[in-house]
Amino acid sequence: MKSNSKLLSAPYTVWMTIFIVLPMLLVGYFAFTDKSGHFTMENMLSVGQYSNVFLRSIWLGAVATAVSLALGYPLAYIIAKMNVKRQNVMVMLVMLPMWMNFLLRTYAWMTLLEDNGLINSALAAIGLPRVHMINTAGAVVLGMVYNYIPYMILPLYSVLTKIDTSVIEAAQDLGANSRKVFLKVVIPMSMPGVISGVTMVFVPAVSTFIISKMLGGGGNLLIGDLIDMQFLGSAYNPNLGSAVSLVLMVIILICMGIMNQFDDGEEAGGGGILL
Amino acid sequence: MKKVTARIYTFLIFLFLYAPIFVLIVFSFNDSETASRTVWGGFSLRWYQKLFEDRLILEALRNTLLIAVVSAVASTVLGTMAAIGINSMKRLPRRIMMNITNFPMVNPEIVTGVSLMLLFVSAVRLFGGRSLGMGSLFAAHITFCLPYVILSVLPKLRQMDSNLYEAAQDLGCPPVKAFFKVVLPEIMPGIVTGMIMAFTLSIDDFVISYFTSGTTQTLPIYIYSMTRKRISPEINALSTVLFAVVMVLLIIINVRNFKDQNKSRKGEAAV
Repeated sequence: MKSNSKLLSAPYTVWMTIFIVLPMLLVGYFAFTDKSGHFTMENMLSVGQYSNVFLRSIWLGAVATAVSLALGYPLAYIIAKMNVKRQNVMVMLVMLPMWMNFLLRTYAWMTLLEDNGLINSALAAIGLPRVHMINTAGAVVLGMVYNYIPYMILPLYSVLTKIDTSVIEAAQDLGANSRKVFLKVVIPMSMPGVISGVTMVFVPAVSTFIISKMLGGGGNLLIGDLIDMQFLGSAYNPNLGSAVSLVLMVIILICMGIMNQFDDGEEAGGGGILL
Repeated sequence: MKKVTARIYTFLIFLFLYAPIFVLIVFSFNDSETASRTVWGGFSLRWYQKLFEDRLILEALRNTLLIAVVSAVASTVLGTMAAIGINSMKRLPRRIMMNITNFPMVNPEIVTGVSLMLLFVSAVRLFGGRSLGMGSLFAAHITFCLPYVILSVLPKLRQMDSNLYEAAQDLGCPPVKAFFKVVLPEIMPGIVTGMIMAFTLSIDDFVISYFTSGTTQTLPIYIYSMTRKRISPEINALSTVLFAVVMVLLIIINVRNFKDQNKSRKGEAAV
């Protein structure tokens, strides 16, 4: 099974070289050339003009990630405490909305948030003033949280169910009250879940372009919208688009690197608790 | 007291998750001349009728299913072969292969999308041929499905006792037969999981398709173009149908799992 089976991965190697490695090299090539194919730094330098777009994307992505964590952690904890049968039902209920296309889910929020949408109609009906919600940064964050919160809840839930109850009991036996147990045992031991939840929400949130387009109006341009405009939009300029994509990739890789660092440290800490 | 708070909290989060979907479904039955999304005008099935008369939607649905079937099958075959190869590699080449496999899963989807678009556009410019369409969609979908297949098959290969395969050969089984009789049944659950994942990912994909489809319509792309225009409640009807299909599928899968569990429990009791 040894020598022959290595050959089995040859078609895959060829495939990934053509469809993953080569395209990435093309992004690099386009980012550093102009329309006629000459080397230039101009694209990379003009990415600097869009620093406000980058900052807005990172800021909104970070806020959405924080809100998802704050809302998702208690729910994951509650589910993990239920009996197994109810746990399965709950996990399915968390996953079910993900099976509806995210365009439809985001579109659903458009109908709710509009100026004469359902929420505003309801407010008006009970005599409260209407609130302008659609086309604001808040609406974009809401859309991100709504679409990506299952990615936060599920990894959190899976680490929380794996926590050995005897560790918690040991802490209680040694005199820790429930608040202390939660802060000193449960939270540190769920750190790997927090890390993967944060990455799984932050990466798609930072690079989204649909949510901002549908819920953010024209005023909340994100990195994704900028890339979309250069490739399929009015501002057609694949060279600039490639440069923006390259910078986005670097930002994501740096974030992942930082998170992984964190993860390793915490794993060692978790081991320490177990020892 | 604590329990009540937990209940209320769970209820509120699920309200947040399901209220928009509920509103979509209710308004798909709305009878209103102005196609209003917010004013209730009585019960009607007119949007469903319109939906099933819409040739563009049906064509987009056909494309989506065709792409999903082809890319699920192709990525499962290629991915399973790759997983077997990777599993038998030495440490360094295996690490390289795993990094390449993980890369598209970590990379933002939009970057994968535009990079593939650059590849297809450059290929058309260099070698001629037709512009982007079904061909580029097949290639793109197979590409982003492959890592998921590999990552669900590899653990099964690692769990498998490699002596089994050697034992079969010692007993005179030719390698190919030994593979189909011994290895394949052992890793089948991983292959099936990978294939289902590939199928659903392909059906649901919007971002990568958006950049690689040219003028070809898939269902998510069609939905997107509907949300850009003056919106018709047809889209609500479409969402409701899709949601109902998913619900039914999930219920079937769960009932089957439940039956399987009962069976194995009975089996254990008998033993």
